[in-house]
Amino acid sequence: MTRSVVLFRDLLIPILPLAAFLVNGLFGRWTREKAHWVSVPAVVLSFLLSLFVLKDVLSGVNTYASLYRWITVGAFDVSVGVMIDPLTAVMLIVVTSVSSLVHIYSIGYMHGDKGYARFFAYLSLFTFSMLMLVLSNNLLELFVFWEAVGLCSYLLIGHWYDRRSAADAATKAFVVNRVGDFGFGLGLLLIFVTLGTLDYQAVFLGAKAATNQTVDLLAPFGGKLDVGLVTLIALLLFAGAMGKSAQLPLHVWLPDAMEGPTPVSALIHAATMVTAGVYMVARMHPVFELSPSAMATVAVVGGGTAIFAATIGLVQNDIKRVVAYSTVSQLGYMFLACGIGAYGIAIFHLMTHAFFKGLLFLGAGSVIHALSGEQDIRKMGGLRNKIPATYLTFLIGSLSLAGVPLFAGFFSKDEILTRAFFAGDLGRVLWGVALLGALLTAFYAFRLVYLVFHGETRLLPDAAHHVHESPPVMTVPLWILAVLAVFSGWVGIPLIAGGDKIGHFLEPVFKGVAHVAHADIRLEFWLIAVSVIVALLGIAVADMFYRTRPAMPDKVASAWPRFYSLLLNKWWFDEIFDWAIVRPTRRISEAFLWKVADVRIIDAFVNGVGSVTQQAAASWRRIQTGLTQDYAMTVVLGLLAIVAVWLAAW
Amino acid sequence: MTIPLSWVLALSAVVFGIGVIGLLTRRNILILLMSLELILNAANINLVAFSNHLHSMRGNVIVVFTIAVAAAEAAVGLAILLALFRNRRTVNLDEVREMKG
Repeated sequence: MTRSVVLFRDLLIPILPLAAFLVNGLFGRWTREKAHWVSVPAVVLSFLLSLFVLKDVLSGVNTYASLYRWITVGAFDVSVGVMIDPLTAVMLIVVTSVSSLVHIYSIGYMHGDKGYARFFAYLSLFTFSMLMLVLSNNLLELFVFWEAVGLCSYLLIGHWYDRRSAADAATKAFVVNRVGDFGFGLGLLLIFVTLGTLDYQAVFLGAKAATNQTVDLLAPFGGKLDVGLVTLIALLLFAGAMGKSAQLPLHVWLPDAMEGPTPVSALIHAATMVTAGVYMVARMHPVFELSPSAMATVAVVGGGTAIFAATIGLVQNDIKRVVAYSTVSQLGYMFLACGIGAYGIAIFHLMTHAFFKGLLFLGAGSVIHALSGEQDIRKMGGLRNKIPATYLTFLIGSLSLAGVPLFAGFFSKDEILTRAFFAGDLGRVLWGVALLGALLTAFYAFRLVYLVFHGETRLLPDAAHHVHESPPVMTVPLWILAVLAVFSGWVGIPLIAGGDKIGHFLEPVFKGVAHVAHADIRLEFWLIAVSVIVALLGIAVADMFYRTRPAMPDKVASAWPRFYSLLLNKWWFDEIFDWAIVRPTRRISEAFLWKVADVRIIDAFVNGVGSVTQQAAASWRRIQTGLTQDYAMTVVLGLLAIVAVWLAAW
Repeated sequence: MTIPLSWVLALSAVVFGIGVIGLLTRRNILILLMSLELILNAANINLVAFSNHLHSMRGNVIVVFTIAVAAAEAAVGLAILLALFRNRRTVNLDEVREMKG
């Protein structure tokens, strides 16, 4: 194939979902309940084309092309282009595969919804935006699609916009992301101002040359606070990643985003969009690598989020929220990996997580579907025999999440732990944190399994009556994801020589990163053994708490009531933000911006102009008597005046 | 003998004055239009007088134009007057105050 044909094929990957969006978006009124006949084939075709791309990249063919010059103003020159390297190829496969399965699943899940065509239109638009995000070859293009996926997230969280909570959650997601994206935007501006370009390769070279430059942050105020330029850039970019990937303290939007339909939670808020931050940090790693303090920040924020979100996940009672906090926690693991320079592992975990977390969300959706909308795990239980396919696949997802050997999550998570252990003192501390997090993860994953599927049924009589297994259009995607949640980890097997295929595949992208030699294969083996024991311990504790001794959870909760309430209320984050930011903002807005700035200054000025004009007009309009002869008199008097002046001058 | 220029100008001034006073004091629109004609013709007299005095045809040419324009203006004025009378049954200007602000 010639180069242009290959490029055309690559471009079809994002264009097909875009076309599906346009058809369903513009003609949704006619496609209606047949909307999936447009979207599903488009996305599945994208997936098949992505496989060809993967094949090309595996044989060493990368693509870099500028499609057209977008903005050229003075030194500001931005093109729209595509770049395909191993990192992009992995992301393409993850996005198109999960998106295809979620599209198919939605046929069953969204059946009969009044916004059916709209839902598929937005889902396809999201897929297009996410694909363009990973295909971008410069930062501005990345940023545009970064915002586009945020928009799709907003639109889909608020899919049931007539529900107050959904509309609020959508707004919250948008506003919280604005905080992070403000940092991202500043970072882009700083890069352009100091390095004069937004092209990836040029930025990496420029950043390397500017390693020792500093910026005086307090210069406008006469003070002095020198910060390394590269550190500042890296931290600003990371602020964007924290918003998009729900890291502490900007994680508050993600659990609320569960108000959206469950397929959306699976695709956007677990598998793809929220991992965009991890992708961006991995993509920009040459910049992060130059600043040890930025790297440490990434690692600490990631590790902190990993354990923090896991503690909340322990006690939540909404099935989707438990999985959502688990997502926040797992994203923390990915950032932890990035922060210690293990980008390949971060992307590996991103991939396995996309599959097993997508599976868990779709499984949760299947449970909710079976129970006609019930989401409270206290009102579930004993569903094992009633919805066996959902049970088995959910169990596989949970085993993968918990990190049980041979399941996908085990390989990626243990690799993160091992790499952290060998990453200096900070790494050693984070290893301990992450290990504790792994214990909690295994516990809450199986708390969910036991409470939902095992034990006596606690269903409300109404719901118990209708319990039914989901249709094949929903269970088949579950099975496919279950297979992926097991085998996708087998491309990164540790200890065995040549087992780490994905690390090898991604190596060209991360070749500048100092490779940490695995110190001792026996030590590594023991580390893996420790984390396996921890995972099994977590499962065993969950088994004891929720199967053999069901009285235990209440006992533990009443032994530490304060701590329990802290976790149940999510460390009071929403309340703190409400108290520290939302309410003062409202108070200032009301007392000053509204009642002073708006009413007394802006309105007063505008109304003042109006009333002065009116009053002047009221007195001056009296000269318009309507009597023709008055006007004639004016003319004559004017004539006389002119003559008088003329005579006087003469 | 020739009539001195000043006499003709005096006549023109008198005609102009009559026209202006008529315009300002009468209420009948028909009379007003006639007063307007007087004002225009006062100007015409001036033009002809100066044309004669300066031995130039320019003034006379302008007068021909003025008469043509005045005729057109009178036709329009009378048409408006007619339309007004049909609608209001009056030609008294004091009773037409639509332009009052």
